Amino acid sequence: MSSITINGEAHEFSGDPNMPLLWYVRDMLNLTGTKFGCGAGVCGACTVHLDGVAVRSCQTTLGEAAGKSVTTIEGLSPDGEHAVQQAWRKISVPQCGFCQAGQIMQAASLLAKNRAPSDAEIVEAMSGNICRCGCYQRIHEAVRLAAGGV
Amino acid sequence: MLHYLKTEVDTENVQRFDAEISNVSRRGVLGGLLTATGLVLAVRITPASAREALKPYPTGGLTMPDGVVADPHVFIAIAPDGALTIVTHRSEMGTGIRTSLPMVVADEMGADWSRVTLVQAPGDEPKYGNQDTDGSRSMRHFIQPMRQCGAAMRQMLETAAAAKWKVDPTLCRARNHQVALLDKEGKETGKVLGFGELAEAAMAVPVPAPETILYKSPNEFTLMGKGEVQIADLRDITIGKAGYGADTRLPGMKFAVIARPAVLGSKVKSYDASAALKVPGVEAVHEIEGVFTVPRKFGQLGGIAVVANTTYAALQGREALTIEWEDSPNTSYDSAAYAAEMSATAAKPGKVLRNQGDPDAAFANAKDVITAEYHGRHLVQAPMEPLVAIARIVDGKAEIWAPVQSPYGARKEIAEALKMPIENVTVHVSLLGGGFGRKSKWDFMLEAALLSQKMGGKPVLVQWTREDDIQHAFYHTTSVERIEVAVDGAGKVSGWRHRTVAPSIVSTFKQDDGYQFPIEYGMGFVDMPFDIPNIRCENGQAMAHTRIGWFRSVSNIQRAFAAQSVVCEVAHKLGRDPKDFLLELLGPDREIDPKTAGFPDDFWNYGEPYKEFPINTARLKNVVRVAAENAGWGKALPPRQGLGIAVHRAFASYVASVVHVAIDDDGTIRVPEVTSAIDCGFHVNPERIRSQMEGAAVMGMSNALYSGITFKNGAVEQSNFTDYDVTRMSNYPQKVSVHIIDAPWGVHAGGVGEPGVPPFAPALANAIFAATGKRLRNLPMGDKVA
Repeated sequence: MSSITINGEAHEFSGDPNMPLLWYVRDMLNLTGTKFGCGAGVCGACTVHLDGVAVRSCQTTLGEAAGKSVTTIEGLSPDGEHAVQQAWRKISVPQCGFCQAGQIMQAASLLAKNRAPSDAEIVEAMSGNICRCGCYQRIHEAVRLAAGGV
Repeated sequence: MLHYLKTEVDTENVQRFDAEISNVSRRGVLGGLLTATGLVLAVRITPASAREALKPYPTGGLTMPDGVVADPHVFIAIAPDGALTIVTHRSEMGTGIRTSLPMVVADEMGADWSRVTLVQAPGDEPKYGNQDTDGSRSMRHFIQPMRQCGAAMRQMLETAAAAKWKVDPTLCRARNHQVALLDKEGKETGKVLGFGELAEAAMAVPVPAPETILYKSPNEFTLMGKGEVQIADLRDITIGKAGYGADTRLPGMKFAVIARPAVLGSKVKSYDASAALKVPGVEAVHEIEGVFTVPRKFGQLGGIAVVANTTYAALQGREALTIEWEDSPNTSYDSAAYAAEMSATAAKPGKVLRNQGDPDAAFANAKDVITAEYHGRHLVQAPMEPLVAIARIVDGKAEIWAPVQSPYGARKEIAEALKMPIENVTVHVSLLGGGFGRKSKWDFMLEAALLSQKMGGKPVLVQWTREDDIQHAFYHTTSVERIEVAVDGAGKVSGWRHRTVAPSIVSTFKQDDGYQFPIEYGMGFVDMPFDIPNIRCENGQAMAHTRIGWFRSVSNIQRAFAAQSVVCEVAHKLGRDPKDFLLELLGPDREIDPKTAGFPDDFWNYGEPYKEFPINTARLKNVVRVAAENAGWGKALPPRQGLGIAVHRAFASYVASVVHVAIDDDGTIRVPEVTSAIDCGFHVNPERIRSQMEGAAVMGMSNALYSGITFKNGAVEQSNFTDYDVTRMSNYPQKVSVHIIDAPWGVHAGGVGEPGVPPFAPALANAIFAATGKRLRNLPMGDKVA
């Protein structure tokens, strides 16, 4: 039995510690905002925060998350008004929207540790998140905007 | 008997999906108000500047299965508090259509957009009209029906207000979610009735006959053409609440994955599920029989399904399966050998599809002949949301939830597969996490439906992994396009011979004969617009060994790449500026006459009547000029940088792109800027047109530089984004400037979702040539150039 805090709520888990966090939050907790995109840690759609830092939930096991605090897109902001979320809406970033929770979590993690990232730092932080619709120009702009304050 | 929504969402059982409109009272009180007041809806007399009659024009929408529907009772509901619900019957996969079509309705109605709620229609084409959301057709086919719906509803509201006020309806004017009473001078009196107050009476007014409907004049538009409306799902997307295919949760729902054959047509010979069944959480293993009769259409591949209490357990169970597969005739498919075969075929004459003038004489008399061969690999759509479907069967009634582009086509075939009458099958449409053509093929939904049936109707979610998606797709074809250009003694292009060799989509639908069908050769092949006196287009045979399907912009990808690259090659040979030469080749402003141009009798014009949607060289040239001017064509650039241009007509729209390339010291190909001009006729949602064009550049760059599917021993060699590479933020078109050509209503709305893709790759190749002198003719070109 191990304990994981998810979006501020403690959860006891007694199953396979190798289960990726992704399937735990989606299939067992019905937190479906976190998306499955590749299962290999190469697309970023499943990005969540582990103790405030962006990780790929498809590559993070429950064993690794035990005793830590996980934030999913549902828990990023109590009212959905995180600066990154606001910037995303202001610039109308999404097309299909599927990868956007992962993009937003990645961007929020970047800005939490670097309040004024350079363009190169934004590119470096965001390059692990694929958007097949091709919203990169707006993602880039939205991260800049969120950094500067919406 | 109001025109209510029946909001019977069982929130405990079904989360995330909007209620569908059901049980709307369509005709229950029809005539009630009419008899009470004696009103009839006559041709309206309103200020000429504000309302206008519109002559309907035919589109291909009329010949699509189930055509179009323009009945306001089907698409619009108004609640007594004024809340307006508009049904959106096309699938949302990122184009914004779920927002854009209702915008048309709301604008014509005079509604307040902030009071609009959208409801996604289930698959029901007899009710809503065609729902097959591909071919960049939604706006093209439904802008007229949606304007008609909205305008009819507005007239019904005004008529209802007139009855209440006992005045002539011409004195009633809907705007901003109210009907205002006008005085004889046409000025507002201050007396108003809200849409909600009028709802019941308005719904009882007979729907006006189409020829009596007057439409808003463009200067009255509040939403169309403004670019101020954001997509309806924007907030939900940013907070993780938007509902995609895998996000519905049903009580007792299980999770499944399926092991499918590596080679198309391979059957399960035997399997051992004992180890899989020992995996904690795994509950059952079922064989799903495949469709092996040819043509397979969208039939499921067949395989072994592992059902579990989580997706994780199902995946582990699948790993533990032992399956022996039978051999398939497709085991010999090898991409390298196949490309060589296609090339050999392209070197020989093929089936003539278009002939104009005397190309043989032109080539015999040419001073110079430029020959170039362009290769393209298979592509996989790879939307970010892998395929997924949820199914359950209760009391002989099946429900399927899926991110599907073609919900009614799916419903029909699911009913057939389950041996159920179609009325017992419901297909709910979630948001699509991208589609790009893959999600109009419903094999994944058949799997879920069949699996649920095997499980006694229990709810089950069938999840495809990324590997499944990449290895079991309906692939964009692989191709060789060989173009020969004859130049006469005066330096003029006198002959054009283009041969296309590519396995055909038709192989999915009927017995393959190795030749393409009109839809494929209508995409930038026989419709080549250049003003060249002697033209021949030939198709060489290429048999399919995998499932071929459509991918955003389809055959236009390889056709635009070849034709727009070779134009630049010839320009270079002749010492001409590529843009000027391109404009010269397009020739005088004209609508091309398919007959005199030697087009085939079965020429396919994106399904549109040619008279209404002709190939117009003036529009082609205009987008070339607009893109070139805005890109600063001809400007001086540092070494290892260059501009390339390409233009293409697709889906009844015209797009030119100028790509600015900058080659890094290590040879990495970078794109600091793309300047595009799109003429898609009358346009509704410029903000989403821009986003489609931005995205098209990114996808164009994936296709141009990175992505390719290859087969070895009949199986796909790639498996995930590790080896099926796509554009990432580390190298993407940094700035896409989009110039939308303003067009009046009379220029029919064209497609937007796909036409941005084709010009990108040739414009990039031409830019790389300008920057380095290297001509790249094979897609993908690779991310570096020496």
